[in-house]
Amino acid sequence: MQHRPRIQKGVSRAATVRFVIDGIELDAPAGESLAAALMAAGIGTIRHGPMDGQPRSVFCLIGLCQECLVEIDGMQIEACRVNVSAGMQVNRLRPMDPIKP
Amino acid sequence: MTYDLAVIGAGPAGASATIEAAKAGLDTVLIDEQRAAGGQVWRAKGPAIKAAPATPEGKTGDRLRAALAAVTADRHFSARVWDIERHTDGFRISAISPTGALTIETRAVLLAGGAQERVFAVPGWTLPGVIGLGAATALMKEQLVLPGNRVIVAGVGPLLSFVAHEIIRNGGKVAAVVDLNPLSVWLRCLPDLIGSPGLLVRGAWWRLRLWAAGVAYFHECGIRSIEGDRAVSRVTIGAVDANWCPLGAATQTYDADAVCLGHGLAPATEASRLLGADHQYDGGQGGWKPVTDDVGRTTVPGLFVAGDGAGVQGAAAAQLQGRISALAIAEDLGLLTTREWRRRSAPLILRIGKAQRFGRAMTALTIPRPGLIEAIAPDTLVCRCEGLSRHDIEAEIRAGANWPNAIKSGTRCGMGPCGGRYCTETVTELACRITGKTPGEFGIPTARPPLRPVPIGCLSGEFDYDDLPIPPPAPL
Ligand SMILES: Cc1cc2nc3c(=O)[nH]c(=O)nc-3n(C[C@H](O)[C@H](O)[C@H](O)COP(=O)(O)OP(=O)(O)OC[C@H]3O[C@@H](n4cnc5c(N)ncnc54)[C@H](O)[C@@H]3O)c2cc1C
Ligand code: FES
Repeated sequence: MQHRPRIQKGVSRAATVRFVIDGIELDAPAGESLAAALMAAGIGTIRHGPMDGQPRSVFCLIGLCQECLVEIDGMQIEACRVNVSAGMQVNRLRPMDPIKP
Repeated sequence: MTYDLAVIGAGPAGASATIEAAKAGLDTVLIDEQRAAGGQVWRAKGPAIKAAPATPEGKTGDRLRAALAAVTADRHFSARVWDIERHTDGFRISAISPTGALTIETRAVLLAGGAQERVFAVPGWTLPGVIGLGAATALMKEQLVLPGNRVIVAGVGPLLSFVAHEIIRNGGKVAAVVDLNPLSVWLRCLPDLIGSPGLLVRGAWWRLRLWAAGVAYFHECGIRSIEGDRAVSRVTIGAVDANWCPLGAATQTYDADAVCLGHGLAPATEASRLLGADHQYDGGQGGWKPVTDDVGRTTVPGLFVAGDGAGVQGAAAAQLQGRISALAIAEDLGLLTTREWRRRSAPLILRIGKAQRFGRAMTALTIPRPGLIEAIAPDTLVCRCEGLSRHDIEAEIRAGANWPNAIKSGTRCGMGPCGGRYCTETVTELACRITGKTPGEFGIPTARPPLRPVPIGCLSGEFDYDDLPIPPPAPL
């Protein structure tokens, strides 16, 4: 997926930090939502449809649809409700992982 | 301690209600899952944004947040309410916040949870790159990130021009705006809009800016398909008739890497359903909504609803409704005399008519029409969570499961982690077509806790996911 542009005109952001998703190092402003950071980094597939296995990504951006679930510190959480912090370790769910909530 | 009032939701309705309630002397607590007050429309910028140009919504939100900061009321942000129980003396609210579980006792509850976005399926809508229209507003307002590099903005209602305008204003590209409605419906509702000239001028301004920027805006047009290998790359559109049914062959195919898609808003009724309030179907206000009187009293004693959750009427009406409800609660609890209630509420009641007229005219533009279902191909997924296509669900209905709850138990449709938010309406429509009933006749699906997905990650301390009292599904 192509990178989603961060709006630049007149905008200043927090200092950039590095985090890791599935072993890939990415940079994003500290405090940006993980969903936005993944979109800006051009990460398309965040998870796979639990029954159909097709690629899925953020959809509602307000924590309802559960299409952006990832695993952080062994716990499933919506990427649109987590802020990026330095050294954060994120794992995508494996294609057929059951969704726990 | 027991609060007089717990307000759930800190959008225009809930934040304004909290301010009014605190001023009337109520011990009030405000709970919202977002990081700050403002709701969907006036959402605050995320912590990564240190400075950004001011916008009208941002300024209104800042004023509301400042007014809220000046009153005495407890507040819990980043806290998701997942259960509300009623007992003899009031209500017990369970929420999950970053610091752990939260239990709140209160005499009265004001539900101000707003609306939820309605997105009907179109072929390809599950591809990465397709997001809701409301989702796009959240992404741009809170994160200042654009939904894509070349965006198709499609669906119905006022968010179409707002989202397209925000994209170009922020330096992005809109490939086309695809509106199921003809231009004439906008002109026809003008009489309802001129009472709110400020909002009308803003809407007209967005259209003008889109036109000046050379953005193609197609009326009476819908998405035929969204395609791409693992992400959106092409979008095909075509004409629709007055029922929004596809008409003739597809007309254009656009290269695009994102689609913002939405078909209006529906009141978020999960909490009012959970508490057993009566509901009624009103397509002109977004579908199922709790039955209330003029001040937001539901059929459950002590339970009030204000804002879009009581029927979608927009932010201006939500703010006034919230204040009126707060005053009515103060009177019910004996903290305001009837005389004082009249004095404080009269000017608000005077103003609300115009705001409601505007909001209802906007919502009326989005009343679902048969074409939304017509556009769903047999193999298009309707239930994203359980991976069920239109064909799967129709087969279940034909096999005799003709009620949304029965379909749930047969296929697990609507039982996925999204709580059926994005499929229930489509399933109901499909069932209506096959059985010849109306949505009103089917009734409203039952709600059970948790009201919100409560991922394991939100829990801490001794409180464990296994402790969540999720009852087994009720027998049908
Ligand atoms: C995704 C989305 C985007 C929208 N964008 C726009 C826009 O750009 N412009 C516009 O004019 N209108 C927009 N609307 C419509 C807009 O929401 C309303 O007109 C207006 O904000 C209604 O105000 P409200 O106070 O009733 O609800 P809202 O503003 O929706 O506020 C409700 C609040 O309740 C909170 N909440 C709900 N349930 C819970 C729970 N269980 N636990 C904790 N907190 C909870 C939410 O976090 C939210 O902050 C949007 C609607 C949606 C759903
Ligand atoms: S995008 Fe829907 S839950 Fe995160």
